[in-house]
Amino acid sequence: MQPITLHSFDGGIHPQENKHQSTQRAIVALPLPAQLIVPVGQHIGAPADVIVSIGDTVLKGQDIAHPKGFVSAAIHAPTSGKVVAIEQRELPHSSGLEGTCVIIDSDGQDQWLEEIANGSQGINDYLDADNDVLIKRIRDCGITGMGGAGFPTSVKMAVKGKQIDTLVINAAECEPYITSDDMLMRERALEAIRGIQILMKLTAADNCLIGIEDNKPEAIKAMEDALHKVHGEHHITVVTIPTKYPSGGEKQLIKILTGKEVPSGGIPASIGIVCQNIGTCEAIYRAIAEGKPLISRITTITGDSVEQPQNVEVLIGTPVKHLLEFAGFKQEKSLFQKLLGTESKPRIIMGGPMMGFTLSNDELPILKSSNCVLAPSQKELPANDIASECIRCGLCTEACPADLLPQQLYWFSKAGELDKAEQHNIADCIECGACSYVCPSQIPLVQYYRHTKGSIKTERAAQDKSNRSKVRFEARQDRLDREAAEKEAKRQARAAAAEKAQAAKKAAAAKAAEEAAKNGDSPATEASAKPEPVDLEKLQKQLSAAQAGLKKSMDKVAEIKAGEAEAAESEKLEVFEKAVATRRDKVKLLAQQVAEAKKAMPPVKKEVSREDIEKKLRAQQDRIEKSQQRLQLAQEQGLDTLPALQKGLDKQMQKLKELEADLAQFDKAGV
Amino acid sequence: MAFMNITSPHAHGGNSTSRIMLLVILATVPGIMALTYFFGWGNLINIALAAFTALVCEALILKVRKRPISFFLKDNSALLTAVLLGIALPPFAPWWVTVVAVSFAMIFAKHLYGGLGNNPFNPAMVGYALVLISFPVQMTTTWAMPFFLTDGQVLSFSDTLSVTFSGSSPLVAGLSDAFSGATPLDTYKHLAKNETALEILQGPLFASDVSGAASGGSASNWFAGGWEFVNIAFLIGGLALLALRIFTWHIPFSLLAALGTCSMLFGWDADLYVPWSLHIFTGATMLGAFFIATDPVTASTTPLGKIIYGAGIGILIFVIRTWGAYPDAVAFAVLLMNFAAPMIDTYTQPRTYGHEKAKRGLATKPDTSDEEG
Ligand code: SF4
Ligand code: SF4
Repeated sequence: MQPITLHSFDGGIHPQENKHQSTQRAIVALPLPAQLIVPVGQHIGAPADVIVSIGDTVLKGQDIAHPKGFVSAAIHAPTSGKVVAIEQRELPHSSGLEGTCVIIDSDGQDQWLEEIANGSQGINDYLDADNDVLIKRIRDCGITGMGGAGFPTSVKMAVKGKQIDTLVINAAECEPYITSDDMLMRERALEAIRGIQILMKLTAADNCLIGIEDNKPEAIKAMEDALHKVHGEHHITVVTIPTKYPSGGEKQLIKILTGKEVPSGGIPASIGIVCQNIGTCEAIYRAIAEGKPLISRITTITGDSVEQPQNVEVLIGTPVKHLLEFAGFKQEKSLFQKLLGTESKPRIIMGGPMMGFTLSNDELPILKSSNCVLAPSQKELPANDIASECIRCGLCTEACPADLLPQQLYWFSKAGELDKAEQHNIADCIECGACSYVCPSQIPLVQYYRHTKGSIKTERAAQDKSNRSKVRFEARQDRLDREAAEKEAKRQARAAAAEKAQAAKKAAAAKAAEEAAKNGDSPATEASAKPEPVDLEKLQKQLSAAQAGLKKSMDKVAEIKAGEAEAAESEKLEVFEKAVATRRDKVKLLAQQVAEAKKAMPPVKKEVSREDIEKKLRAQQDRIEKSQQRLQLAQEQGLDTLPALQKGLDKQMQKLKELEADLAQFDKAGV
Repeated sequence: MAFMNITSPHAHGGNSTSRIMLLVILATVPGIMALTYFFGWGNLINIALAAFTALVCEALILKVRKRPISFFLKDNSALLTAVLLGIALPPFAPWWVTVVAVSFAMIFAKHLYGGLGNNPFNPAMVGYALVLISFPVQMTTTWAMPFFLTDGQVLSFSDTLSVTFSGSSPLVAGLSDAFSGATPLDTYKHLAKNETALEILQGPLFASDVSGAASGGSASNWFAGGWEFVNIAFLIGGLALLALRIFTWHIPFSLLAALGTCSMLFGWDADLYVPWSLHIFTGATMLGAFFIATDPVTASTTPLGKIIYGAGIGILIFVIRTWGAYPDAVAFAVLLMNFAAPMIDTYTQPRTYGHEKAKRGLATKPDTSDEEG
């Protein structure tokens, strides 16, 4: 293999790592909890459809919810037991969202589904298997990204038509405290490598780079040893990268390993890269080779408030409380509190200290993407001081891995200047928290950015809505015009057909005569002169279908935008936004074609009688009058449809002028 | 069990505004020591007086603005402004000059704009510029002679106190010839009108070295007694701050580079212009480059912007020193560039990750014209 040249990203910080606490012990399986809370919407995309009912008994690994739509993932029972409830519960999520959860009372048997237990589901010769089969299996096993956002893996793999040269495996694990990937690599390196081989086959990538921070020498060694065990050429390289937060950010890691930057608003696939978390690779291997769905994961439980920081294999849906108890969570009490018998609320973080979020209570379940539960002591992670004023020291600018100007973003956010924040690329903020970490004034900068991003989304949604109503209005106007035109066209077609028949007869006669005379051959001239009413109709039908499609997509986008203020949603949003763009183009194209087809008609219009034009003229005048009334009303009431109305009226006026011109021409021609 | 709800990030690097301000104050210590060594007690008295005035003003204003006094006093920013002014003002400046400068800085330049972080102009320099314009005589004639030029006499602490507080008393009048005068920059500029460089350098300010012995006034002695050490001391403090990452290299280095380049380009004829060594190593150059221009609140904030900002100050210092009417120019140069800082920022946005080009200039409304069919 050619040596890898490392690149680096600007900014970044070196927070205390605090990883040694939880790497002292091997991974242990968490004892079975009495009850599991399994949310059906753990991933980006549509929540899965529940297919079990209350009272059903389920076996371990049995699917309990099916993916709904393309971007979605299946959910399986993590253990055997009985479904006791299907209800809305709070999810472990930064915004405290609620979602449908299947509540399963464990029967204590932990009994696998028969076909998984006997191994018949495994695909042995997976490297020779059909890609579609593998992708389907990945989808059926509910594999989603295990590093953070939880994007369905099958969707990421189905990158058709994109040339992928590099598969980037994210094993950097740059967040302090978290060691689940570290421990996974130490203990399950070979499985992870096998999973990577599957991914390489699926993406047809030329090579694979596994990025691991140099603070994990054991994991690096384990991975390299495992690589030696792989036979044949594999094009997989373990790359040791310098420890710097946030080198494990997808965009940052890609920059480090390849020197390329993911375009703003784009996905890695657009520069020939697919990025996966190392934990996901292992899950993929289990799904393919063993037929096991994703029902458990390795989670780090750590922090000074637990007695035994460690990594545990925990079933998805396990309440955090169970995990905390297992690790010996002790609520911190000051002497003062002990004397008074009061207690303060502890701070439990899901994820790491930089990007994790606090849990509101301990009944919340572990998800497929929960890599860490952190229970710090007061001393370890003191609550932030009161923020003081920004002194523009620029430390945040130096720390920002996205090359933003965090302090400017802060001032704009504070002043509510959304357009300026956008101009300063707030959308490219990855919310890594590096800026807040270094800020001497202890300003919760990321909080400001989240809020501003949310406001921008809401504003966009509102704007889209008004745009949509404009589109709707114009569509109606178009429809009315179209209907009139259609009627007209049909009538003309009939007239033309009749005439053509006559002409054909004449032509045939003439031709026969000519042929008799000369044996000539030029019959093709006629076809091009033929008017095309049929085509127009077809086009118009296509146009309205396309318009309906566009509207659907736009609604979807608005729904997503309005529904959730979560950064991680962007990938899904993108899919739909792209759809909107392509559909919009299609509508434009069709509209153009229709217009052209209509334009191509006037030669036929000569056959139109004067009455017809007059009638149309009168109808148009009526229409304009009505529009004017409406406009006036809108003006009086200050409605925001005003510009749309104005535009509609302008169009009508133009039409009127055209008709008048037609009439004049008719008269001229007629005289 | 219910838990505490806080948003990420949960970890903090432990840096604080008061720590930064304190470190900057500490970094001025070598410079202050050098000042005191060469020019006597004057600056120390100024600093103490300024600090007292600043804290009183700050507390009063915070009270008027109904802000928590102790919380804001803790940030050390008022103290820093006071220290910088105390250093910058002439050692024998009358007490009321200091008080006027400091209180104007605190009240008008800082708090009327909304307090720390919101002031567009460097408060210390606003205060300085005010007294420089209002009291030009006091500001130009109360500079001290380095100790080795005062015939072995040293003005005692109590004498200095009485000079400071008695204003234009006979004591000062008597002392002024021996102890005070104009700065080397000023002196050189005035003498250059009708003397050659060699002649100027015969003068005591330039011809003596630290031991007090005349070093012969050779043309090689391009420094002015004492001042170069003061500047080197501030340079050392500044470099320490740089090493501690309190600020970045951009502003001080571009400032010094611009000032150096200008003074070398124009100063080739030392008979007409002040030589570059005096530009760099006398007056408030190092203080300005490392402690005043780097004031984060009023400087440009983008990496490229900082370079432009620093270079702008350097050029302006040279221009004002050379063709302006005032003895030193750091204050005006900094204030002028303060004006420009927001504009510089607007046009020097860095290129964000994933963007091909940097977006620069003013925000434009997103273009919606393509929405229309
Ligand atoms: S780090 Fe904090 S105080 Fe410094 S410029 Fe950024 S936001 Fe302002
Ligand atoms: S949170 Fe956003 S602005 Fe702050 S450092 Fe990270 S990317 Fe930059």
